[in-house]
Amino acid sequence: MAPPPHRRPGFSRKAQYGLFATYVIAIAGTAVAALLLVISVADPTGFAALRTLGAEVTAPVARFFNSIRRTTLDAGENMSAYFDAASKNAALTKETKANRTKLIEAKALRVENARLRGLLKLKDETNEQVAVGRLISSTASSTRRVATLSIGSSDGVERAQPVRGPAGLIGRVIETGPTTARILLVTDAENLVPVMRASDGLPAFSTGLGNGFVVIKPLNLGESPFKVGDIIVTSGNGGLYQPNIPFARVIRKTNDGALARPLADPANSPYAIVMKAYQGEAQAAQQAIAPDGQTKAIAE
Amino acid sequence: MKNPVTAIRLPLRPGREYESRFDREQSTLKMLAIPISSVVIASMITALPFLIQQPLLPPFGFLMLLAWRLMRPGLLPVWSGVPFGLVDDIFSGQPFGCAGLLWSAAMLTIEIIDSRAIWRDHIQDWLIASLLIIAILLAGLWIAGMAHAAADPVVLLPQIVLSILLYPLVVRICARLDSWRLAT
Repeated sequence: MAPPPHRRPGFSRKAQYGLFATYVIAIAGTAVAALLLVISVADPTGFAALRTLGAEVTAPVARFFNSIRRTTLDAGENMSAYFDAASKNAALTKETKANRTKLIEAKALRVENARLRGLLKLKDETNEQVAVGRLISSTASSTRRVATLSIGSSDGVERAQPVRGPAGLIGRVIETGPTTARILLVTDAENLVPVMRASDGLPAFSTGLGNGFVVIKPLNLGESPFKVGDIIVTSGNGGLYQPNIPFARVIRKTNDGALARPLADPANSPYAIVMKAYQGEAQAAQQAIAPDGQTKAIAE
Repeated sequence: MKNPVTAIRLPLRPGREYESRFDREQSTLKMLAIPISSVVIASMITALPFLIQQPLLPPFGFLMLLAWRLMRPGLLPVWSGVPFGLVDDIFSGQPFGCAGLLWSAAMLTIEIIDSRAIWRDHIQDWLIASLLIIAILLAGLWIAGMAHAAADPVVLLPQIVLSILLYPLVVRICARLDSWRLAT
């Protein structure tokens, strides 16, 4: 459709000025938006209140649709469980029998571990969970991988707390509202996680790629020591994430590291556990002594 | 004599049967509220539980704005990209002001195109929309990269393709909303 001839308003001065004013407003508005952008680039947490408000307003709708989605998923799983029930039952019984011995060994190891820790007088790190919620939405149209959690500061959720699901690490809290919190997923390019290989404790770092995969880079130089199928867990370095949270599985070896897929899929995770920051007290004490670390901790 | 269509509608809107059929006015509220709320609601779609591991959901707010702007030139003022963009920024997860700047630039670009190519068909509108979608998504990635660590531009490819392919559907929805908007 052709535009209406408002571009040539005729001889009316009022109409001419009116048209001119819309262009002035448009340019001025663009400049204001650019200014806001510069502010938010300089201080990424600056407009957190607005985003929190938006998340809080849309959370009821998101919760409703998420419960529907979960119900349908559960119904599908329940129905598919009936297929091949007999053969599945036989296989699982065999597996349970095989696992029982290993479980007993693990229990014995845990007792021995606790005794040794007692001998060394190591303080047991708190492994407390703060609250349990669900992921209700994500920034599906942006390149940032940020998800919204259904619980917020009223449940005790605070900034920089790690979030995990039953399968593995999901991310960490970057902003909190009264009943929602925003989680920076491990697949975001911004999220750097200290990890290690589960089999031998080879230390490495993980960075998100933004497309559902993470890159694992070992600390030592040289050829990539990873193999396809290696299980990566968090190492606990840096004091944010608990050690030994399942993290990712290597799917391809690259020149200087490995490409891995996170074990926890936020879309299929039935719940998300917000945990206390590992060694949070020690970190706070360190911040009090060396405050220049503080600014780095704030900038997301 | 009654025609059957009126007979079906009769229980729903009894008053209309006796109203004049000529010279009815559209509701001003409906005329203004439908374009505005459709763009805002389209921006809010990302708040629904789409838990996707990569950016795949098209920027529906921007598609809706483009559809209104290209289908009905003169309906939305030139400056409307700024408020719509700032509302989108609340929900999109991009740095605040990103869409406000980019959408406004897109509206100004269409304004310039409007003065050059006056009579356009749907394919040409689609081409303009496609180029703007590509530009906006890439610029959004670049801006997000200024504030945070950025992903590789290749991750945007599925989203760009999906957005371009979904644009005609959004235009259809927009046209339906328009006929509802102007119905008396």
